[in-house]
Amino acid sequence: MAINVKYFASMRDRMGRGEDAVTLEGESMTVADVWKKVSNGESLPGSTLVAVNMEYTDGDSVVKDGDEIAFFPPVTGG
Amino acid sequence: MKVVVQEQPFDPWKALTDHEATLESGKAGGSVSFVGTMRDFNDGHSVSAMRLDHYPGMTEKHIEQVCQEAADKWDILDSLVVHRVGEILPNDPIVLVVVWSAHRANAFDACRYIINYLKERAPFWKCETTTQGANRWVEHNSEDPGVAAAEAVRRSA
Repeated sequence: MAINVKYFASMRDRMGRGEDAVTLEGESMTVADVWKKVSNGESLPGSTLVAVNMEYTDGDSVVKDGDEIAFFPPVTGG
Repeated sequence: MKVVVQEQPFDPWKALTDHEATLESGKAGGSVSFVGTMRDFNDGHSVSAMRLDHYPGMTEKHIEQVCQEAADKWDILDSLVVHRVGEILPNDPIVLVVVWSAHRANAFDACRYIINYLKERAPFWKCETTTQGANRWVEHNSEDPGVAAAEAVRRSA
């Protein structure tokens, strides 16, 4: 399946890019599996927030073909 | 309900009166507004400028959700949120929240709810430039002691 992964703020700086187009093999892949793939096996920093299709979720969330996944630090607006 | 996320500087009082002119005449008993402006200090450093990043689409979606929650919780007539992104200078307005209602209590409560949950959930990120020229991401919003105090009052009421 093909998914789009986005990084924002300090997470974008850490990754050195704003997004990745990722192809995954297999079934029942989770957000945590996606993170392992894009980060070459690093563990997800504890404060990182995750969104799938612009809704907050967590690493256990199962991803589907065409999903947009985002990783970013705590928000600081307002 | 209207939500605007924009790079352009804005005059919050003009935004308020412009939106108020679109409301049905004679129904509002008042409005409550909050205007957030940029400080020139944060976490013990002098700050000369700031860049606000956001997640286009998700940011607007979550502000709209918060405004809808406020409309579901309190009897209000309308709400307006304007939020800057991009390059911002000290004293610039960053955010405007306005709530109109027939009676003031609902407008006060709804306005407080919207700004508090916007800060908690809407994906914006501040990157400050200190007066020494260093850029640094703001890792968390500063604690507002008034928020906890107000919540304590609400719980005891």
